[in-house]
Amino acid sequence: MAYRSVNQSVRKKDAMQLLLGKPVYVEDIVPKDALVVKLLRSPHANAIVQDIKLDTALKVAGVEAIYTWQDVPQTRFAIAGQTYPEPSPYDRLILDRHVRFVGDPVAIIAAENEKAALAAMKRIKVTYEVLPAVLDPRTAMDSEILVHPEEDWYPPCEVGGDNKRNLVASGVEADGDVEKILADCDIVLDHVYHTKACDQAMMETFRTYTQTDRYGRLHVISSTQIVFHCRRILSRALGIPKSKIRVEKPRIGGGFGAKQTAVCEVYPAFVTIKTGKPALLIYSREESKLAGSPRHEMQMHVRLGAMNDGTIRAIDLHTLSNSGAYGEHGPTTVGLSGHKSIPLYTGRLEAFRFSYDVVYTNLQPAGAYRGYGATQGIFAVESAVNELSEKLGFDPTVIRDKNMVREGMVMPAYYGETASACALDRCMSRCRRIFDWDARYPVRDMGNGKVRAAGVAMAMQGSSISFVDVGSATVKLSEDGTYNLILGAADMGTGCDTILAQMVAECMDCDVDDVAVFSADTDVSPYDSGSYASSTTYLTGKAVEKACSQLKKQILTIAAEMLECDNTGLLLFEPKGIRHMWTGRVATLEQIAYKAQCFNTHPAEATASHTSEVSPPPFMVGMVEIELDKETGKVDILDFTAVVDCGTPINPALARIQTEGGIVQGIGMALTEDIHYDCKGRPMESSFMQYKIPTRLDMGKLRVEFESSYETSGPFGAKSIGEIVINPPAPAIAHAIYRATGVWHRDLPITPEKIVMGK
Amino acid sequence: MEIKLILNGKAVTDHIEADTLLLDFVRAHGCYSVKRGCETSNCGLCTVLMDGKPVLSCSTLAARADGHEITTLEGLQEEAADFVGFIADQGAEQCGFCNPGFVMNTIALLRENPDPTDDEIRQFLAGNLCRCSGYEGQLRGIRNYLDQRGGRHGI
Repeated sequence: MAYRSVNQSVRKKDAMQLLLGKPVYVEDIVPKDALVVKLLRSPHANAIVQDIKLDTALKVAGVEAIYTWQDVPQTRFAIAGQTYPEPSPYDRLILDRHVRFVGDPVAIIAAENEKAALAAMKRIKVTYEVLPAVLDPRTAMDSEILVHPEEDWYPPCEVGGDNKRNLVASGVEADGDVEKILADCDIVLDHVYHTKACDQAMMETFRTYTQTDRYGRLHVISSTQIVFHCRRILSRALGIPKSKIRVEKPRIGGGFGAKQTAVCEVYPAFVTIKTGKPALLIYSREESKLAGSPRHEMQMHVRLGAMNDGTIRAIDLHTLSNSGAYGEHGPTTVGLSGHKSIPLYTGRLEAFRFSYDVVYTNLQPAGAYRGYGATQGIFAVESAVNELSEKLGFDPTVIRDKNMVREGMVMPAYYGETASACALDRCMSRCRRIFDWDARYPVRDMGNGKVRAAGVAMAMQGSSISFVDVGSATVKLSEDGTYNLILGAADMGTGCDTILAQMVAECMDCDVDDVAVFSADTDVSPYDSGSYASSTTYLTGKAVEKACSQLKKQILTIAAEMLECDNTGLLLFEPKGIRHMWTGRVATLEQIAYKAQCFNTHPAEATASHTSEVSPPPFMVGMVEIELDKETGKVDILDFTAVVDCGTPINPALARIQTEGGIVQGIGMALTEDIHYDCKGRPMESSFMQYKIPTRLDMGKLRVEFESSYETSGPFGAKSIGEIVINPPAPAIAHAIYRATGVWHRDLPITPEKIVMGK
Repeated sequence: MEIKLILNGKAVTDHIEADTLLLDFVRAHGCYSVKRGCETSNCGLCTVLMDGKPVLSCSTLAARADGHEITTLEGLQEEAADFVGFIADQGAEQCGFCNPGFVMNTIALLRENPDPTDDEIRQFLAGNLCRCSGYEGQLRGIRNYLDQRGGRHGI
């Protein structure tokens, strides 16, 4: 189908503002006289605050106030940005006497300037009762040490958690008799895989500004993906009604899920509530790394049963997820480790079992990071399938052709949904061709101590959370015949403001430039869950379509009066205006818009919401060629080729950039991005000096192509793109490293040290 | 202490604390394009030009700018506009937070080497981190700009 605005590589609406460095982020736009907020953080992984002496700190000139656990409301809440009732337990206080990880806030300091705040911080004397800590997720469950012994721990949803067992969530689901099928298989692989708590490392750290607005309400300007959830979270945490809170976001300097958690909002908000003064909290890079919201560390035990002909008959996956000191996103991320890995092999799968435990430890709490558990599960299952291929002597792309999910199949491991739009088979054949798999799969010794080898992996994700997420859009006609699009979704750089405007332009038959976009503000925007779970294009996009359809009806109703026509069926919607089929008379959009403002009762605007009973998976194949130095263990990525089925790419340029960006994050996860904790539970990688994200010298050549299916439940056939793209690199690179060295690395990241030591 | 410098072509005299960083100084003078992305001189977001050479303003004392000429993206809007549209055509600006530092360093590169190869571009900009784009789109944008103005080092 030929589109005019959709499926076109339109420039992002904010592109030139961003590229020319205009002031569009939180720190650029807020008043400069705000109180500077700093947090004194616990140096201990598990401790009780016995005493805090503030007297000398309060004497520092410029200090406005210092708050401790004695000052804050005693209602527990969750900071995960999720639809109410949240699956995440209510296990936090703004400040808790019991501090549970190195970095847990102990005191909030507000001062006229940063120097005063930091000087005061040094003068606070805290006496801790240091407790033994739970630092190993493998022994956390039923440990004598409890991370959350408190009686008011509360899970709003039943997710199999029990704070008296250090359990955030647990569960098991299955289809068929997995033990029976495994017993009947020619070969059963049984391996354990392990991924780390990678940091989103968005360039703009967490930050929030708060003030009292002209109505006396709390006005929050935050770098957040979730304005509405943020308002609800603040309301519970602070004990004030939602009508007294307004949350808006300006441009966001990256999120990748980190800002799907209200990591820092409560602290300045509390200061403003107490002092009535504006307050600004900006996390340092170190704070973002020590007390952010990274990926859940997971240990996955895979048992994969197959026949000698390569038929994969059963998968048994158990995931142990480390939620850290608080439970945000713990119960939900773990689900994706199974739901978005096992269904890839729906083709011949006779049985599966997916069980999981999510545990508390006294380590940095985890959160949402692009891929949201799928990345971890796909590393495990795709690695296991690669191991099977090598063991049976099959080309791993052939074994996938034999077993992969195909269009029309019902996926028992994916909520019983049908793969209604699936081009995974075409992605595989196209990727094989453009990568030249047959020539590059054989290992090539370069004769200089270096080896070249290739690896492959498939991936899937979802498009929104079915039966939960809500996307909404308001479209208004302006006097000159242009449109305003108002959203509650959050463009964090992805370009969704532009993508959704392209949809308006397509629906209303106008130029993308004729659509002005605004997002997001809880006072102004229609309710939207927010930008996460690969939902915005798919769900909010459909809401845009609906709103446009309603607006067209409104416009026709107004035009009917002007054209003296009592049957709107006789009116044609044309780019220039509305034309009466019989009389040929035309009311221009400008005339209609002015008419809407004068002696009129029909609004020239419409708001629509959308939700979905399905979450159609995008699919992807990634192939990598590496060059490995056998002497040093160094791995260079030479080429990463990916073919993605995201349904119709609404903006192919932006879809491509999403894919390239995701692949490079995945390369970092596979090779360099590591978190170690010392014996006291303190993370050692607390800056970009130690936590190495890829630079432009580390990613080789990227090639991205699209092989589209058409998802009828999505806008213009679209599915999602944002998250899936981070999933293939880790298993594909681990595969290539095995090809080059003969050693399977099941523990990420695969550093040169591990390669040289061969373990 | 008092410093005098030229900021984006205008003479500025100001009293500063001795430990004021150039990054905080230029932001206090309205140059909000200059961003802080880390505290360890790793990200390149805070790149400004001192006497035409790129420096990290997060690890340069404002006092060191005394008597020098400091240029931020606010002062190079036209020179930047010349090529950033090519980045926009790729969608490679993404969240935008790294853009000013990356654009400043690209300007420095193109002043020093008007016709760089792809490898020279990667090397020169290696200190400018970007977490969104995967870098390839930024390179395509710069390459397209160079090609349209008749660069010889196209792929």
